[in-house]
Amino acid sequence: MSREPLLSVEKIVKTFGGFHALDGVTLSVEPGEILGLVGPNGSGKTTLINVISGLYHPDGGRVLYRGRSIASWPMHQRARQGINRTFQIPKPFKSLTVRENVELAYHFARQGAMTVDNALDFTGLAPSADRPAQSLNSSQQKLLDLARALAIGPDLLLVDELAAGLGPQELHHIADSLRSLADRSMALIVVEHHLGFVNQLTDRVIVMNAGKEIFEGSLTLAAEDATVSAVYLGT
Amino acid sequence: MLSSGRTHLRSHRGVNALIPLLLLAAFSLAPLVYANHAVIFQMMAFMVLAQGVNLLYGFTGYLPFGYVGFFGIGAYGMGIGIELFHLPGLAALLVGALFAVVIALILSPLLRLSGAYFAISSLAASEVLYNIVANPALTHITNGPYGESLVQSYHPLTSYVAMVVLLVLTTVLVIVIKNTPFGRALLAIREDPVSAEMAGIAVVRTRTTVWILSALIGGLTGAIFGWHLSVFYPSTVFDLSISILAIVFTLFGGGGTAIGPILGSVVLYGLYNAIGISAPQYFELIYGLLIVLLVLFLPGGVVSLLQRRGSYVP
Ligand SMILES: Nc1ncnc2c1ncn2[C@@H]1O[C@H](COP(=O)(O)OP(=O)(O)OP(=O)(O)O)[C@@H](O)[C@H]1O
Ligand SMILES: [Mg+2]
Repeated sequence: MSREPLLSVEKIVKTFGGFHALDGVTLSVEPGEILGLVGPNGSGKTTLINVISGLYHPDGGRVLYRGRSIASWPMHQRARQGINRTFQIPKPFKSLTVRENVELAYHFARQGAMTVDNALDFTGLAPSADRPAQSLNSSQQKLLDLARALAIGPDLLLVDELAAGLGPQELHHIADSLRSLADRSMALIVVEHHLGFVNQLTDRVIVMNAGKEIFEGSLTLAAEDATVSAVYLGT
Repeated sequence: MLSSGRTHLRSHRGVNALIPLLLLAAFSLAPLVYANHAVIFQMMAFMVLAQGVNLLYGFTGYLPFGYVGFFGIGAYGMGIGIELFHLPGLAALLVGALFAVVIALILSPLLRLSGAYFAISSLAASEVLYNIVANPALTHITNGPYGESLVQSYHPLTSYVAMVVLLVLTTVLVIVIKNTPFGRALLAIREDPVSAEMAGIAVVRTRTTVWILSALIGGLTGAIFGWHLSVFYPSTVFDLSISILAIVFTLFGGGGTAIGPILGSVVLYGLYNAIGISAPQYFELIYGLLIVLLVLFLPGGVVSLLQRRGSYVP
């Protein structure tokens, strides 16, 4: 694993009022790699995704993408440069159809992006393509976020709790799909509470607590780690 | 790509092309069959203004109560072009347009506000413009409260034709925007600016572009209107009821479509002329109430009744 990281996040601090939602978190991810990001509620996972995707500006630290600091890039520039994401609370364009949602993103697609139809097939949304996005249930709307993100052709994909609300079969299928993205040398950061799902995805997990990473390694090792179990079990 | 947008433009090309052509024919012939040319001219002016409001409100959700500010500044740009720079009418139009665009650029931070805050502050901005223009200290430029007189450049036919051309071009612009990715991007921004950014849309730049286009339309309308009127006062061209009418026409017909504002102008301006002229204050009240009711109960206007049944509305 000596390749250049695609993304490195260094000592990121993000405060809300006086509260440190992120308190010096550091991590990196390489092309073709899936990084699982786990941690208790409120540990700062979504906030970190928001900082990387440009929704929040950090109060300290650096975000390097392909070795360059991207602090000044607005979200749409990050999207066009290959950073994309899904949302924990899905955010489709509700009055547009599923297909129109994906087409909008595809309009800005980069070379090698999936076509609109590919993205719809990939996420299993093809049968709902002509339905208004607001008629989808919450899990489907998250998949639509994913389809939209894929249609623009990301090199770095940030996935925030896709598994919530999906059945075991669907989970299995999604895990396979996400792994196939990594096989095409996409880098993924997957935030997830469902540890079984994370286990299917990757060996490399970062456990966050109170805005910092407290463990890095495989889930099996994480389970044996004293700090991690203290955080999860509250002991 | 955004293929469905393009195919819409193609598959509905006939009906889309028909609208500007009908407008062109109707307003070219109307003066021959209807003697009150002032009414026809004003109806056109309101149609253009309604389309300008439509571009902003119908596609982005920003309701510009101060839209009359662009109209007024356009009229005064025209006046200054003629009186101060001694330009011919058509060249002075460009001064009016330029003034409106400059003001729009200066006011573009207003777009950071949302909903009612934007509506109110745009209104306040137009009041500020009014007071600047009408200020006696600027008499040497704007003739202050004493108004502009452009009688030496009075060209009723040219200014009439200019308004027809502006109406047709504005309508074409709305149709094109509605049916291209740019229009879809605007709708996406209205739905969810964060998702729009993540889909690669430059939200601020896109919004500012429509804002400026909308201002340009308002400014040109004001410029041609002032030219046609040839004598006007600050209170004439910064009259808030101009905003109210343009907004109610758009809302009534239906924003986000090309036909809605035209329909609204024909029906409501027609009514206004048939019964309102004798007691305009009641009409302002009624139309003010109508705005509230439409926003609450029929935000898509009359055409949304058709759209709900699945019809394509150009
Ligand atoms: N916009 C905000 N304003 C104020 N506080 C915020 C904001 N966003 C996040 N926080 C706070 O920051 C902390 C971290 O939140 P975050 O959403 O990143 O947690 P998370 O790890 O994603 O949790 P979950 O697993 O529940 O999604 C929480 O205490 C949260 O209340
Ligand atoms: Mg979260």
